[in-house]
Amino acid sequence: MTSAQSLFDKLWQSHVVVEETAEAPAVLFIDLHLIHEVTSPQAFTVLKERRLRVRRPDLTLATLDHSTPTLPPDAKGKLPYATKDAERQVNALIENSRKHEIQLFDLDDPRRGIVHVIGPELGATQPGKTIVCGDSHTSTHGAFGALAFGIGTTEVGHVLATQCVLQRKPKSMRINFDGRLAAGVTAKDMALAMIAEIGADGGQGSAIEFAGAAVGDLSMEGRMTLCNMSIEAGARFGMVAPDDKTFAWLEGREMAPQGDDWKRALENWKSLPTDADAAFDREITIDASAISPMITYGVSPDAAAPVDGAQPETTTVSAREAAEYMNFDEGALFSTNKVDRVFIGSCTNSRLSDLRAAAEIMRGRRVRDGVTALVVPGSEAVRRAAEEENLHNVFKAAGAEWRLPGCSMCIAMNGDAGKPGELVVSTSNRNFVGRQGKGVRTVLASPATAAASAIVGYIADPRKYLVEKGARADVA
Amino acid sequence: MLLKPFTSLTSLTVVLPQENIDTDQIIPARFLTTTSKKGLGDAAFYDWRYNNEGRLRNDSPLDGFDRKSHQILVAGSNFGCGSSREHAPWALLGFGFQAVISSDIADIFKSNALKNGLLPVAIDAKAHRELLASPGAEVTIDLETQTVSFGDGWNCVFEVEAFARRCLLDGVDPMGYLLDRIPEIRRFEERAH
Repeated sequence: MTSAQSLFDKLWQSHVVVEETAEAPAVLFIDLHLIHEVTSPQAFTVLKERRLRVRRPDLTLATLDHSTPTLPPDAKGKLPYATKDAERQVNALIENSRKHEIQLFDLDDPRRGIVHVIGPELGATQPGKTIVCGDSHTSTHGAFGALAFGIGTTEVGHVLATQCVLQRKPKSMRINFDGRLAAGVTAKDMALAMIAEIGADGGQGSAIEFAGAAVGDLSMEGRMTLCNMSIEAGARFGMVAPDDKTFAWLEGREMAPQGDDWKRALENWKSLPTDADAAFDREITIDASAISPMITYGVSPDAAAPVDGAQPETTTVSAREAAEYMNFDEGALFSTNKVDRVFIGSCTNSRLSDLRAAAEIMRGRRVRDGVTALVVPGSEAVRRAAEEENLHNVFKAAGAEWRLPGCSMCIAMNGDAGKPGELVVSTSNRNFVGRQGKGVRTVLASPATAAASAIVGYIADPRKYLVEKGARADVA
Repeated sequence: MLLKPFTSLTSLTVVLPQENIDTDQIIPARFLTTTSKKGLGDAAFYDWRYNNEGRLRNDSPLDGFDRKSHQILVAGSNFGCGSSREHAPWALLGFGFQAVISSDIADIFKSNALKNGLLPVAIDAKAHRELLASPGAEVTIDLETQTVSFGDGWNCVFEVEAFARRCLLDGVDPMGYLLDRIPEIRRFEERAH
């Protein structure tokens, strides 16, 4: 019996309040609870019914992102909400945060943004923390060596009331990306290649650690993109061991430890990476150097293939139905599919490096006539940083729309949506039927691939548009 | 808080053989702007059941039967993948389902379903194929013995997390259990934070 522990083992063990038994799951303490307007109102209702208070408002942060418009307010200052319900939902979180003394990044707060963008940006996301949110893409925060996972609304209520969740320890899995990425290949392509390899349920019941040279090479933003997509392989948890890049990224951020606290934290964080001979329930290796820019061609994220490929033959009823929905002809090159809309944004790909990668391709070029391109920064901070670099003008000059931060067309519940039958190349995370609007066909891709597709008007390989320098925008 | 205890259920099945039925199919995101758990039944599988003009289609397997007698959904593998929205089990319960059977049920959906009294039942691939091939069959799910049975002596077993099973059998939600752990939680906070 070895005492070697994985990153995941260490994160888990240090947060167990009550050990797991045959009869009951572990009681796990949560260091950071992120909440947003969609999955919290019913949890606050339960608190009210039971006359409970939020136990640790100091460990809770609230933001508004899913239902919020990305178009600016009108002359009277009124935001163009999609529905009255959307506005009511936003107001419910504002009211609940006030009542329970939870720090809220309100509509006018310069720190507001998509929950999985602002946590790291503020330095609230840190190595060694347990982080939950009523949102399946919470695994994003695992990029910092945190144990971060999505929960349901009942569990949001549990965390609000007790700062704990009931959870059985999942199986462990390590995915090694050996080798180096080729030019024009990004973290998004690694994620899609990984999901294609293990399947949309390949990580079910597992906590995944991403490791290997290509993961080490990724910038923090690239690591966030990779961990973000864990759930599309069925895994609630995805993580990367913290290293010097992690520490450098966090140092000096508003909510990161300062002074002596920083030194102490650093010492602790450096002990987190997986021990040399730690065991995993499952381990797989992917050759990163063989990954191409990827797109999806079906209605599940595991239907992913290199962008320069062709629509595969269908072997199952579900795959045939998916191909019919996508209206992609068997054997036809992906590049023969005409694009109606391009969406660059979401918790997967809306950070500064993503916008730079898209702008690099759009600079000096025009979005093809008939294509609508939407660029939605992940947060107010990303928006400001992008505008300081004049990226917004690059997008506008190309004919793309530059919007206010939010989840926007990723979940399409704020009014930003495609029309039935439209083909959308999207940097988001889900190509489910109707996800971006009823009858909308979604192709998932990296920001570079999405931008190239906007220019060409067909699904396009970004590599031919890349200048040599800076071709790997999400690699530091 | 007390829920309706779940011990056993005998009902007819509705079959959706598609694999990877995600939570956006179960309830499209535009219905998530509610602040209540109630009233989501008609939003269940909305885009499968209604056409672009908002009229009920006639060809959906989810309509044209008495919901009270069809409380078991049998679905293709990896059911409930995608988002963490608890609106998915709320919508299925509101529609009239009490249990979902598949060969493979997504983690967060499963966790959410159990907390709301919707029983997720994952069975082996062979038994799953047989149930998929028998829409409208009368099936019994016994949580006490963890078995699914139908017809002449056909049965199979299923796993369910022990604590969630106890909560369902007793009709209690887990919040009370967690609130009873507050002294331990307080000690943990003093020690670690």
